[in-house]
Amino acid sequence: MMANDTLLAVEGLTLEVARAGMQVVKGISFTVAPGELLGIVGESGSGKTMAARAAMRLEPPAVRRVGGSIRFEAHEITSMPPAELRRLRGARIGMVFQEPMTSLNPSMTVGRQLEEGLVLHRRDLSADARRRLVLDMLDRVGIAEPVAALSAYPHQFSGGMRQRIMLASVMLLRPALLIADEPTTALDAVIQREVLELMVDLTRDNGTAVLMISHDLSMVARYTDRVIVMQEGAIVEEGPTRDLLQHPRHPYTRKLLAAMPRRGPARDVNRASVPIVEVRDLVVQYSGRQGFLRRSAPKRALHGIRLHIDPGEVVALVGGSGSGKTTLGRAIAGMIQPSGGDILFSGRPIDGPRRGHWADYRLNCQMVFQDPYSSLDPRMKTGALVREALRLVPGMSGPERRARVAEVLDEVGLGGDFAERYPHELSGGQRQRVAIARAIVRRPAFVIADEPVSALDTTVRAQVLDLFAKLQQRHGFACLFISHDLGVVEQVADRVVVMQHGSIVEEGDRDAVFDAPRHAYTRQLLSAVPALEATPDGGVRLKWRFADEPLTIRETDRAEAERSARPRSELEAGLG
Amino acid sequence: MSYSAPNALIGGTTIGVVAVAALIGAVWTPYDPLAIDFMARLAPPGGAHWLGTDEFGRDVLSRLMAGASTSAWISLLTVILAVGAGTALGVFTGFVRGWVDRVLMTFNDALLAFPGILLALGLLAVFGANKYGIIFALGIAYTPSVARVVRGTVLSLREREFVEASRVMGNSEIYTMWRHILPNCIAPLTVLATSLFGWVLLAESALSFLGLGVPPPAPTWGNMLAASRAFIAQAAWLGIFPGLCISLTLLGINLLGDAVRDRLDPRMRGV
Repeated sequence: MMANDTLLAVEGLTLEVARAGMQVVKGISFTVAPGELLGIVGESGSGKTMAARAAMRLEPPAVRRVGGSIRFEAHEITSMPPAELRRLRGARIGMVFQEPMTSLNPSMTVGRQLEEGLVLHRRDLSADARRRLVLDMLDRVGIAEPVAALSAYPHQFSGGMRQRIMLASVMLLRPALLIADEPTTALDAVIQREVLELMVDLTRDNGTAVLMISHDLSMVARYTDRVIVMQEGAIVEEGPTRDLLQHPRHPYTRKLLAAMPRRGPARDVNRASVPIVEVRDLVVQYSGRQGFLRRSAPKRALHGIRLHIDPGEVVALVGGSGSGKTTLGRAIAGMIQPSGGDILFSGRPIDGPRRGHWADYRLNCQMVFQDPYSSLDPRMKTGALVREALRLVPGMSGPERRARVAEVLDEVGLGGDFAERYPHELSGGQRQRVAIARAIVRRPAFVIADEPVSALDTTVRAQVLDLFAKLQQRHGFACLFISHDLGVVEQVADRVVVMQHGSIVEEGDRDAVFDAPRHAYTRQLLSAVPALEATPDGGVRLKWRFADEPLTIRETDRAEAERSARPRSELEAGLG
Repeated sequence: MSYSAPNALIGGTTIGVVAVAALIGAVWTPYDPLAIDFMARLAPPGGAHWLGTDEFGRDVLSRLMAGASTSAWISLLTVILAVGAGTALGVFTGFVRGWVDRVLMTFNDALLAFPGILLALGLLAVFGANKYGIIFALGIAYTPSVARVVRGTVLSLREREFVEASRVMGNSEIYTMWRHILPNCIAPLTVLATSLFGWVLLAESALSFLGLGVPPPAPTWGNMLAASRAFIAQAAWLGIFPGLCISLTLLGINLLGDAVRDRLDPRMRGV
């Protein structure tokens, strides 16, 4: 009954959480042909990861398969004895995971890790032959010095490089099927494109079929032949990628497509004579790491930044990881003491805590953080979290405060009994709404939003962006919107500032930057996000900008990016 | 109902029984725990003396009940002292960092290098071997480990974005420490405090065993255990019952501690 042109056939697969008896995958069926690129798209909780993991019988122990069959190359996977299954895993079915930081063993050299699979599945190879294969593969995935890389450890590589190494280790065994679970979600846009293109090339060379799982519809659309859309454990739509995008049939698919960020008409911003926030020649320099009796050379994170933000204006700060955009945001927020330069608020310099008109600035400058799971104190209820921001506002009575909190929570769509809930009882989107409420409850003149939607699902992201735009319109605060996602930036920004290596490389009105970028780095960033064109059927046509723009990130740039992307604790240690 | 319910029940019951016994023991015991009766020396359990008598004919049950309150009181005060001092030190150094942190933590590590009981022995030489001497000695001896744990928690907490959010609001460091850092230390602290309670109970027994505990004839579980060793062949019950009391109390406290931690953590509360 198995056709020759089918590699993997899943039929009626049903998975449930053993304890709760809740079905997370509800009788789904799909097939993968040899060499095919199939995408599974869905939001968190749609069961896409579970379904793919079940294909290797790697579902977590709490999840039980209650029905269905999975056939791979004429073997029934569901009834296969463990020993046989182990021969299949790795050798015939490879898997690339989401988090390159944790999917490589930190205590093993890259060489040994790559060899591991060969030792296990290719007994016929001699040590020399293995080494040759590993070196060839490292070279193939673009590691500059393969021989040196063999004896290096994973932490010596950046995230993108690690994902390449991960890919190399999987593709070494030339599997017939590669399952890639959100392979590039943790990477920034340019690196993401590099890694994906490498993955597509490698699998095409080896005739490997790919099952690509992602929440990012535009990314999947770019690289796959066929797409499956999942919602709440069921397949709601399936078809050739282009057809599905342009003529979506299921309402959920339409909703997903509608949630993709798109450009609205440019807004009129009143150019005031005095910008609300101005940054002059800002330098941030981290003192070197202090060792015993010596101190390494200081590292400059920002090289003399000049920036101004007018009242009511949304300025987007974009750049890859290590570009210094977050550092700049934190410096403007007063979280990092700059080593040089001035920050002016309404034309007057702020000189750091307890001096100048710092207090005024502190009341008027608020921040929305990236990770809604860590930015809310887990021990405080929503209402208390928002009310805390009013603690230092002078001249407000208790009832006034309560009324303001209720009003703002209502504004962000969390009215009613939400005030009595703890953060863990809220979804990611709701948490981010709380974070926004906390930032605007003081009615600040200026809000810094550091990647406020990058941790959210597509449709939730669209809702939060809409809310943010609405609030911005209503209260008229100026905003510095930090993001690596140009799609989002295209939707929200009035003006765009592009950063690379701690300097501003391009700056201009949104339409100018998006339509006629001057700097090569901007073009690279743009090549990673599609421009959307709506079709009459409620679908979209994707147009890739500068798709032939060569990816020219050199090895040295990567090393640079990696060094500056070091954890905060280490960087701040020298600041005092 | 959460999954820790059976733990809470078993732990709570055990501790409840011990607490009631200690409370009753403070006002009434079947016999005077200090009354010597040479006619009933080393009587086995049963009959008039339910748990037997010791080498002076003193009733073991009465002594266990009287000792319960002493042992519990010593352990409780010691834990409060160690947790209080350790938390203050840990939060302070973890939050301030810099050279203050380095100096205090080096000193702390030096103290940690000594086994707790050895440190307590040295301190007892200073404070004198009585109830309050023991409390201070053990309290100080166990402070460094608490400080270590708390500092580690604080270091990881202060990198979380909600602490940064508090700074962006303009809150002072003291306020942030008090309102955001300290409450989030409670879960690891509860676990630590309960296991500490157990260690202190044991350490107090060990000190008594070495003859440095609460001086006789006043009974504690530790000095009863210590006194039993000479009669282990003739009268095993002298060691078994205090030993059982110590083990069961430890078990009860640990089970209860887990349940309390789950209870205090909003994330673990039933949805």
